[in-house]
Amino acid sequence: MSALLEVTGLCKHFGGLRAVDEVSFTVEEGEILGLIGPNGAGKSTLFNLITGVMPPSGGRVRLAGTDITGWPPYRVVRSGLARTHQIVRPLNDMTVLDNCTVGACFGSETLGLSQARRVAGEILELVALADCRHRLASSLTIAGKKRLEVARALCARPKLLLLDEVLAGLNPTEVGRMIQVFRALRKGGIAIVMIEHLMQAVMNLSDRVVVLNFGRKIAEGRPHEVATDAGVVEAYLGDPHIAARLTGPVSDGATP
Amino acid sequence: MSPKKPFFWVLVAVIAVFLVPVLTNNVSLRESLLLAAIYIILTSNLNLMIGFTGYVNFGNIVFFGLGGYIGLYLVTAGGLPLVAAAALAGAAVGAIALVLGLGILRLRGAYFALATIGIVEAIQAFVANFEPWGGATGLYLSFQAYQALGGPREALWTVYLLLVAVMGLSLFLCYAVKNSRFGLALFAIREDEDTAAVLGVRTPLYKATAYSLSGILPAMAGALFFFKQGVIQPEQAFDLTLSTEAIVMLMLGGQGTVTGAALGAFLYEQFRGILLTSTVFSSFQLVIAGALLLVTVLFMPGGLMGWLHRRWPRLRKVLE
Ligand SMILES: Nc1ncnc2c1ncn2[C@@H]1O[C@H](COP(=O)(O)OP(=O)(O)OP(=O)(O)O)[C@@H](O)[C@H]1O
Ligand SMILES: [Mg+2]
Repeated sequence: MSALLEVTGLCKHFGGLRAVDEVSFTVEEGEILGLIGPNGAGKSTLFNLITGVMPPSGGRVRLAGTDITGWPPYRVVRSGLARTHQIVRPLNDMTVLDNCTVGACFGSETLGLSQARRVAGEILELVALADCRHRLASSLTIAGKKRLEVARALCARPKLLLLDEVLAGLNPTEVGRMIQVFRALRKGGIAIVMIEHLMQAVMNLSDRVVVLNFGRKIAEGRPHEVATDAGVVEAYLGDPHIAARLTGPVSDGATP
Repeated sequence: MSPKKPFFWVLVAVIAVFLVPVLTNNVSLRESLLLAAIYIILTSNLNLMIGFTGYVNFGNIVFFGLGGYIGLYLVTAGGLPLVAAAALAGAAVGAIALVLGLGILRLRGAYFALATIGIVEAIQAFVANFEPWGGATGLYLSFQAYQALGGPREALWTVYLLLVAVMGLSLFLCYAVKNSRFGLALFAIREDEDTAAVLGVRTPLYKATAYSLSGILPAMAGALFFFKQGVIQPEQAFDLTLSTEAIVMLMLGGQGTVTGAALGAFLYEQFRGILLTSTVFSSFQLVIAGALLLVTVLFMPGGLMGWLHRRWPRLRKVLE
């Protein structure tokens, strides 16, 4: 049985800049993979390559055994891989419900309008946005828009969800609520790759962590292995003592 | 659509108004409303692109003109009855627009808008040199063509009724698209095309389909209108002025709303009628249209219908 997502030797060059450089990793069914690294390490670019938003300069992406390299984004999402955006992109002049209905209509299953509305309604309950369903997406707070990103992606009913810094900019209560959503998703069998700067959350939620730096993968392993890796500490975490604190037990909603 | 929906009654009311000249046998009112019907057809279909999909099509008149040429050619050279010729013109233009759309809709924003102007110029130049269509002198209908409809007088009434039917279909098309899955995808494209694609909307195909769909009914209207005129020539068929005026009407009434597009077209036709009879303003029609567009965009970006909707939010459900 092959992995759910299999990325091999993926590259992206912007002129002379190697934003993503020969990156390989896999995601297993139902797994949560943390993706960390300093600003500009190439994490978001990696998501863009996997979801077909931009074509890679080299390498391959396989989803459940199917080669999806270079597929346009709408084909990728139909094959069961949904994503959120680091900089939120709500469909501003449409209601929250309509935003989600688009996701449900054109997701991994093709749904009719009324069925899609029902799915969208259920998912809005899950992320606690149901009260805002008839408001325009532009009127949401930044935290609301982040939740909308997650809800919209979930409406596609993906097998694999790519989350790009959905916890950034949320207050501790909101972080806690979002983490609970992720745990529920994992229970439901959805695999997640999460880019996150909020170390405590990544370290606690992830089954495994991949670390990028200057476009290259510099480490991969269980959270505590990565947090104590000398290279990672030097490149990203900074303080060696931080590792012990990061991998210690925390409650949901803990501040970093 | 069922009588329970408010839109059904809006549609019934609009068509009832357009039947007044038939019932009163009023020819001058018919001529005024015929023009209004054409404006409503052009504006409603343009709304599918500008209001729903967010692509400004300056060349919407191409559909009207091509439809006119194809329709007249089928009647004169092919000897087809008017209704069949108009339907075929609609189908042909829809097919051409689909292919064209898959190409030019790769362009976005101002580049797309410029390309649509280019298309008008290119097609006009082509037609002016296309001998089967009479080149620069155009196509003329023989008097006999009207005999099939029971003589010229009757033919004018028939054409009018057919145009009113095409207008009703245009309004219904807008309404149906607006309330469909397809329409939802178009709105998503209008708001953010890249995000729409990430959400699973097959954007190139949907945009081209919208473009194609927006061409069918104007093409039929073109076939009917130029049949009524009895003649079609390149400059009248591909008149960029009318193309631009359709945009003014749409913005004035309220892009993105079904009834707004119709309202803008209707008011503009009335307004234009007043201007044309006034000696002072008749030569300034376009200047005034431009000023109207500017004022609308600056002070009433949602157009009349947008303003009404904001003033009375419950109206949204009635006048979609
Ligand atoms: N479209 C683009 N054109 C040119 N350079 C780009 C483009 N997108 C990203 N880059 C560059 O690629 C590098 C990686 O950017 P990326 O956004 O992937 O980083 P990141 O790891 O997501 O950072 P952050 O944590 O700040 O979100 C950066 O140096 C960035 O400037
Ligand atoms: Mg990023």
